[in-house]
Amino acid sequence: MKYKGKVHKFGAHIDTDAIIPARFLVTTDPKELGKHCMAGLDPNWIQRVEPGDFIVAGPNFGCGSSREHAPLAILGAGISLVIAHSFARIFYRNGFNMGLPLVEVGNIYEEIDEGDELEVDLECGVLKNLTKKKDYNIPKLPDFMVNLLKIGGLINYVQNKIKGQNR
Amino acid sequence: MGKGLVSKILQRHTAAEIKEPGEIIQCKVSKVLANDITAPLAIKSFEKMEAKEVFDREKVILVCDHFTPNKDIDSAEQVKFVREFAKRMGIVHYFEGGDVGVEHALLPELGLVQPFDVVVGADSHTCTYGGIGAFATGLGSTDIAAAMALGETWFKVPQTIYVELSGELPPYVQGKDIILNLIGKIGVDGALYKALEFGGDTLKYLNAEMRMTIANMAIEAGAKAGLFPVDEITKEYMKQRDIEVSESLYPDEDAQYEKVVKIDVASLSPQVALPHLPENVKPVEKVKNVKVDQVVIGSCTNGRITDLRQAAEILKGNKVKKGVRLIILPATPNIYKQALKEGLIEIFLEAGAVVGPPTCGPCLGGHMGILASGEVAISTTNRNFKGRMGSLESFVYLSNPWVAAASAVAGEIIHPKEIMERKK
Ligand code: SF4
Repeated sequence: MKYKGKVHKFGAHIDTDAIIPARFLVTTDPKELGKHCMAGLDPNWIQRVEPGDFIVAGPNFGCGSSREHAPLAILGAGISLVIAHSFARIFYRNGFNMGLPLVEVGNIYEEIDEGDELEVDLECGVLKNLTKKKDYNIPKLPDFMVNLLKIGGLINYVQNKIKGQNR
Repeated sequence: MGKGLVSKILQRHTAAEIKEPGEIIQCKVSKVLANDITAPLAIKSFEKMEAKEVFDREKVILVCDHFTPNKDIDSAEQVKFVREFAKRMGIVHYFEGGDVGVEHALLPELGLVQPFDVVVGADSHTCTYGGIGAFATGLGSTDIAAAMALGETWFKVPQTIYVELSGELPPYVQGKDIILNLIGKIGVDGALYKALEFGGDTLKYLNAEMRMTIANMAIEAGAKAGLFPVDEITKEYMKQRDIEVSESLYPDEDAQYEKVVKIDVASLSPQVALPHLPENVKPVEKVKNVKVDQVVIGSCTNGRITDLRQAAEILKGNKVKKGVRLIILPATPNIYKQALKEGLIEIFLEAGAVVGPPTCGPCLGGHMGILASGEVAISTTNRNFKGRMGSLESFVYLSNPWVAAASAVAGEIIHPKEIMERKK
């Protein structure tokens, strides 16, 4: 699974209220939620996002509540991948469950800047910074997660499994 | 490489061979839990998955405890939705009305969760069962829906922080003080994504209930689980529930831990967490001139019989200070009955307390004791976030039941020994 995109950079401890403030939790439609993605930090941010862009952030991305609206809002905003130093536990689960790929890269995030063009191969475990012409090895995504992403998240996964199409 | 409790328990429930933290494994679950707030969402996801039935009628547990007895039309509708689902699915362990208790007190008490189990719950305090040696953790609603349908889930094997407890419990110090002290030390994200494992010679002084109090608040340090070994104390607790546990569970001697934190329990005094974070912890003698309007004793943290006995020690022959509301909520119907039998309820009523039914109630600002702006409460619950018990301009302090009861008598936060000395 390969992704290519432009970086939007964020700091540490970006919480679920920053990603999608509670007042917008009146829907579960990713498109609607996406309109307010990161509104807790910068309501105009969404206007600078193009489909396929990446979010790159510091430690503990997605901390706070267990709301599944947070990864849905990011997906709805058109972000294809989130790279962070680390993720909060429940957000990490919810991300893959909702079909949003997440990559934990530790301190590598410090070497990535706003606007950099990146290419990421999740199965091979390679991150290329095309702007800075630097390559990094990153943890390979386990097969299970790759599979989860390929079929579009946990709801589809369970649906398929129940129908006996999976494995 | 030696294994800690986390890997040892998980290994029994997965086909994969667990080698190191960070691996993602598929795991069978022993029990799946949801409550009146989270079950409706999980049921909706379950339906989207087009699941027709739950994986095992006896292993999906639904507890309508948060707003019980239903406080308004919305909560009644939610419970109705859960009740109808339970009926349709033939769920064996469905609790509401007179059967209901606060979920994390109720399930261990009834023997519905056991040592070596893997338990997932749509509630962050599911980690409580680590106190009896189960790997238990809270998940989001779609995860819970999947577990209800398939009987399995995925985990990233966590790193573990080992907490070594040494020394006997000083007077008026219990499990709550140990966990508050730990959270004060490592912070509310000190164990983020990791598991906490408890060991050391203090364990022999901690009954199963106090261990569950400690495991309960693992999440307040950001942890995925908080685990205790399975020893004679655990086995005795299970035996009282007619469950024979023959095997013990201890970490390997060469188990690998990410970090070790030591707590000298013998030197602790009762701990108090100040508003608005569980990490703002001070010993009670350093908390001065804090007048209280309300005192709450109950919840999945400290609403068990051990806790009520401690509160009664203080309240016996004492009166709640005029103008202070003391609300005591035994966490389950059995705890309530036991407290009646032991004369504790009479002591509470004589002291001027309000004794309510088993419910989460004020713990999450639900009902039965909501704070107005400017009001101050001391509570044996687990979270003192802004607005947790009512108004955004109210203040919640967290403590053990001795301190809470003593503060109700004094009308301000006070060391329990002062009240006991006054009595003499
Ligand atoms: S008592 Fe409080 S913390 Fe425990 S389950 Fe109920 S609301 Fe949650």
